[in-house]
Amino acid sequence: MFSKLVPVPSGSLIPDRDIGKSPILECINLGITFGGLKAVEDFNLTIGRTEIAGLIGPNGAGKTTVFNLLTKVYQPTKGTILLDGHDTHGMDTIKVNRAGIARTFQNIRLFQDLSVEDNVKTAMDNQMTYNMWTGIFRLPSFWKEEKTAHDRALELLSIFNMEDLAKVRSGSLPYGAQRRLEIVRALATNPSLLLLDEPAAGMNPSETAELMENIRKIRDTFQIAVLLIEHDMNLVMNICEGICVLNFGRIIAKGSPADIQANPAVIEAYLGKQKEA
Amino acid sequence: MASLNLSLKKMSRTSRRNYLTYGLVILAYIILQVMHGSLSSSLKGMLVPICAYVVMAVSLNLTVGILGELSLGHAGFMSVGAFTGVIASTCFQSLIPFAPLRLALGMAAGAACAALAGFLIGIPVLRLKGDYLAIVTLAFGEIIKSIFTNLYVGLDSSGLHMSILEDKTNLAEGGKLIIGGPMGMGGIEKISTFTAGFLLILVTLVVVFNLVNSRAGRAIMAVRDNRIAAESIGVNVTKYKMLAFVTSAALAGAAGALFAMNYSTIVAAKFDFNTSILVLVFVVLGGLGNMLGSIVAAAVLTILPEALRQFADYRMLVYAIVLILVMLATNNPVLRGYLDRAKSVFTGKRGKKEAA
Repeated sequence: MFSKLVPVPSGSLIPDRDIGKSPILECINLGITFGGLKAVEDFNLTIGRTEIAGLIGPNGAGKTTVFNLLTKVYQPTKGTILLDGHDTHGMDTIKVNRAGIARTFQNIRLFQDLSVEDNVKTAMDNQMTYNMWTGIFRLPSFWKEEKTAHDRALELLSIFNMEDLAKVRSGSLPYGAQRRLEIVRALATNPSLLLLDEPAAGMNPSETAELMENIRKIRDTFQIAVLLIEHDMNLVMNICEGICVLNFGRIIAKGSPADIQANPAVIEAYLGKQKEA
Repeated sequence: MASLNLSLKKMSRTSRRNYLTYGLVILAYIILQVMHGSLSSSLKGMLVPICAYVVMAVSLNLTVGILGELSLGHAGFMSVGAFTGVIASTCFQSLIPFAPLRLALGMAAGAACAALAGFLIGIPVLRLKGDYLAIVTLAFGEIIKSIFTNLYVGLDSSGLHMSILEDKTNLAEGGKLIIGGPMGMGGIEKISTFTAGFLLILVTLVVVFNLVNSRAGRAIMAVRDNRIAAESIGVNVTKYKMLAFVTSAALAGAAGALFAMNYSTIVAAKFDFNTSILVLVFVVLGGLGNMLGSIVAAAVLTILPEALRQFADYRMLVYAIVLILVMLATNNPVLRGYLDRAKSVFTGKRGKKEAA
């Protein structure tokens, strides 16, 4: 009902998107102010069901704030977020996750003292049904669900070839592996939209190349949309089908990678204004 | 033996550690039962309190070690369990002649009431974190103590009578005043036994270990390690914090009932701040999240004042010095290295593999 009233934001992100289906995410005039400071304003973005989209911009542009708005870490002071056509107004972080948005963090937030496998299994809590007493008395449904969770955790870990690390304490993993584990953990919640906050930070070129392959693989296997914040332009330009550029909390450009690379406003935001001689 | 060894190796480190804990507790029980004749009478008298403190330590470790929130009012839940447990078992005195069953009922009632108290206290307390949470639990512990210091409960032929601040129970002929305000409870039936304490420890261990190694335990530890990340993956933070807190309170309540029914009189002041801190010392000394450590620390530190009787007036001074030395020693990296090496020999050279 509501989605029919929504104006289609300009700058369609992927050319071959199925227009007949509603997009997975629509942000309409989204904004938040922190005591007078407009951190994000008039943020309009549409993401297709199986699209890989990029959110870029200089430091402090408000990219992570957008993620925090989408996952309701902050409640937006203005605008609407439609997830699969449903308004997420009034939802908290937990409900938004159950509705289908999962994320990773810029500064890694793993459950450090839990094993790699348990990190992934914790994310499957919403898919488990046995209660506390079943767990304490070790009733049959405990064993059944734990077995399912164990198998699925290993299957998800195998995307990044991490199944051998299942028993390792997650806090003792190397940096790159911790980033990959965060992605697996987010995937384990069965999202329809995956938000990746600087997934390639701290990775070397070969790790980044592998990550790009894996992001595509995740999209193709699970048929989900991915929105990523990244400073590595090589990664962004290679895998994103649509890019949105943010500066001082406002969108300054939207379009395909080629459009963005040629856009004078983007060049100005990143490199500064060309002096007229 | 070979197959046992193999299956031990296949088990995860945690479950191996859990079975070791069960095994050592059962072994200790058997040894103490065999030696029962040769134990000194003072040690015999301490067996039930040791069991109660062990349960207290393990249950507090659930809050402090697994949930990661410092609670300074754990004795309050013990108090709730002790008083309600004794009331329940007194009520059933004529109905159920079999004492162990009455004891079990008393412990169950104590656990249930302490769980309820834990739930009610948890509603405001679990909105806080860190130091604030600790101080509020301290306050609640004191409130519970004051309530029981001013509560009068009596039982007569027409049922239970209750009043607060002064004795208005007006008991009929043959009635019994169970809680007499500041006088506490007198004439308690001493029905607690070492075997009951041992069984309660086993139940506690089963509850805690199985809870920790299930979806609830993972979620609780996830909240401890990173609350924001736990919310981001849809873990119901409030629910799981409450679950851990209430479970911990219930087990403390059962321990309180066991403890109280080992004495003929008990006053609310017994479960004061000092007791809460004493239990916290067991937990910290045994290691956060380390249940076996809590058990050993609780047992040793409960016996220690008795064992130091020869120092007479300097007993508590020596106790404090021993405590400081043990804390220093267990936090000494060199000593820890030795301990880890000893452990790796014991658990099948796991440590060496990790070092390589």
